[in-house]
Amino acid sequence: MNIVVLVKQVPDTATERKLSSDDNTLDRAASDGVINELDEYAIEEALLLREKHGGEVTVLTMGPDQATDSIRKALSMGADKAVHLSDEALHGSDALQTAYALSKALGTVEFDLVVLGSESTDARTGVVGAALAEYLGLPQLTLAGKVDVDGSAIKVQRQTDYGYDVVEAQLPAVVSVVEKINEPRYPSFKLIMQAKKKPVQKLAIADAGIDAAGVGLANATTETVDFAAAPPRAAGTVVQDEGDGGVKAADFLAEKKFV
Amino acid sequence: MLVERSLPTPEANDLLDMVREFVGKELAPRVAADEENDAFPRDVFTLLGRSGLLGLPYPGEYGGGGQPYEVYLQVVEELAGGWLAVGLGLSVHTLSCFPVAEFGSDAQRAALLPDMLGGERLGAYCLSEAHSGSDAAAMSTRAEADGAGGYLLNGAKSWITHGGVADFYTLFARTGAADAKGKDITCFHIPADTAGVAADPPERKMGMCSSPTAAVRFDAARVDGAARIGAAGQGFPIALAALDSGRLGIAACAVGVAQAALDTAVGYARERRQFDRPIAEFQGVGFMLADMATHIEAARELYLAAARRRDAGHPFGTQAAMAKLFATDTAMRVTTDAVQVLGGYGYTRDFPVERLMREAKVLQIVEGTNQIQRLVIGRSLTRAV
Repeated sequence: MNIVVLVKQVPDTATERKLSSDDNTLDRAASDGVINELDEYAIEEALLLREKHGGEVTVLTMGPDQATDSIRKALSMGADKAVHLSDEALHGSDALQTAYALSKALGTVEFDLVVLGSESTDARTGVVGAALAEYLGLPQLTLAGKVDVDGSAIKVQRQTDYGYDVVEAQLPAVVSVVEKINEPRYPSFKLIMQAKKKPVQKLAIADAGIDAAGVGLANATTETVDFAAAPPRAAGTVVQDEGDGGVKAADFLAEKKFV
Repeated sequence: MLVERSLPTPEANDLLDMVREFVGKELAPRVAADEENDAFPRDVFTLLGRSGLLGLPYPGEYGGGGQPYEVYLQVVEELAGGWLAVGLGLSVHTLSCFPVAEFGSDAQRAALLPDMLGGERLGAYCLSEAHSGSDAAAMSTRAEADGAGGYLLNGAKSWITHGGVADFYTLFARTGAADAKGKDITCFHIPADTAGVAADPPERKMGMCSSPTAAVRFDAARVDGAARIGAAGQGFPIALAALDSGRLGIAACAVGVAQAALDTAVGYARERRQFDRPIAEFQGVGFMLADMATHIEAARELYLAAARRRDAGHPFGTQAAMAKLFATDTAMRVTTDAVQVLGGYGYTRDFPVERLMREAKVLQIVEGTNQIQRLVIGRSLTRAV
């Protein structure tokens, strides 16, 4: 079974993240790029499926040159090869355009399954997986906490507020994963050494048959009109325990939908 | 704070990234509790082995990483900064593998090294005895040839890091008539489950409490001839060669501990406000931090300079002694000053600097006290040419 994992490089959540005031897009120079955390779970799940069912794991990333760092990390976790879609024309693409571009890039790879993280830590739209499946005309199995493949049938536990739904489909399909699905492995030093020898194919938009009018900031379907720094955190609510502290705490958790 | 490192290859950069991630995810959450509870993290060493970090400086054909000391030592430094018992444990394990890797026969290397470097078998290095510390050649543990090609071991070794938890002991014992220069000392690789080999209960130490240090007893323990590493009588030069490299590991550990203390002190000095400003803005504190950082940088460069000599095939024993001396004295001073920067908080177990200060002390003692390092350095200056 051949699997493509979608990997996105995002600014490190541990550092201060900024938007560029020129065009309201992410200021990539302002912070270090790292692999989107949920994508590490996607990579791990792809590797686990490969260990069980054989085949190859291909990493697909869309992003500027520095995204090669994230590709190398994915390869050093154990992926077999990578495709890097990089083109100045893609700058400023929104979630739908990204899904369109990725769907075209996937046309250059043979796959039975696409795995991705259910959202990224930067934009957090959480729609790319679903939009991608629509562009590809494939079943979407989102928010997966468990994946089982049996022949050409795939079954996932889709996480919900109340537990999970069991969702089934036929391959090829698109699966987005949540963090409870597994525990991503560390790259081993052996794999780090091997990673530099693994093939990384560079694609410009023309190579993938991407229509320039369908991507980029000028053609985006959504627009960032303005942005402002987050306001400083306000003081929290203090609840006096007058014998009913437990009830108040439970009410608070219920109100925030934690229970 | 991220240490700016000069590394020879992009793979080494990726390796250090991975190690920092390992420290943050696997060590940081549990170091304080495990140190408090004397809990040895054997599982961490298994994970290090699986990730290829237990054999970095050894050849790839036996499962090692084929990395220069320049890279291996910076891995040790990062791990030691996260948890000294792990960084020093890696250094001691690497030291314990050294005789087999450098002096073992091809058959011994092929049979032993893959498990030693892969994390399945953890090592300990048995040189010191109760009455033979700095004067290592005065040891009294004996290995008598049993006439059938094997040896009968009798004696006790002291201060053994991983004593009781190790899977093998790299042992030095007398095989001939006692000789003050150690010409009758021979090196052995002893599986820990050999009948007659047992460890005493661990010492009750000042620091590094998660890493057991114990006496290991050899009581009529019988091993076959394949346990001998190198020739009979070759053991003492093997021990000293291993220690030259081991001292670089201790120097790297010391820099890691000192860096961790500095990072905590800097973070605190920027946050802690007195007289309406962060205490870092007071010159008395700022100068202290500047001196700490300068000594750490110098110590790091000193061990790296010695490592690069080793990697280039030049003699490096004197430089290794200098690095061990300077880096461990630096760690003692920096950790003491870090406690001072944190004031009363620094003296409590709620902050890590008192632990780092307790840990630094042992580094001035192990693998040759700093007085012995000065002796080594002094002799190199006055040795007849």
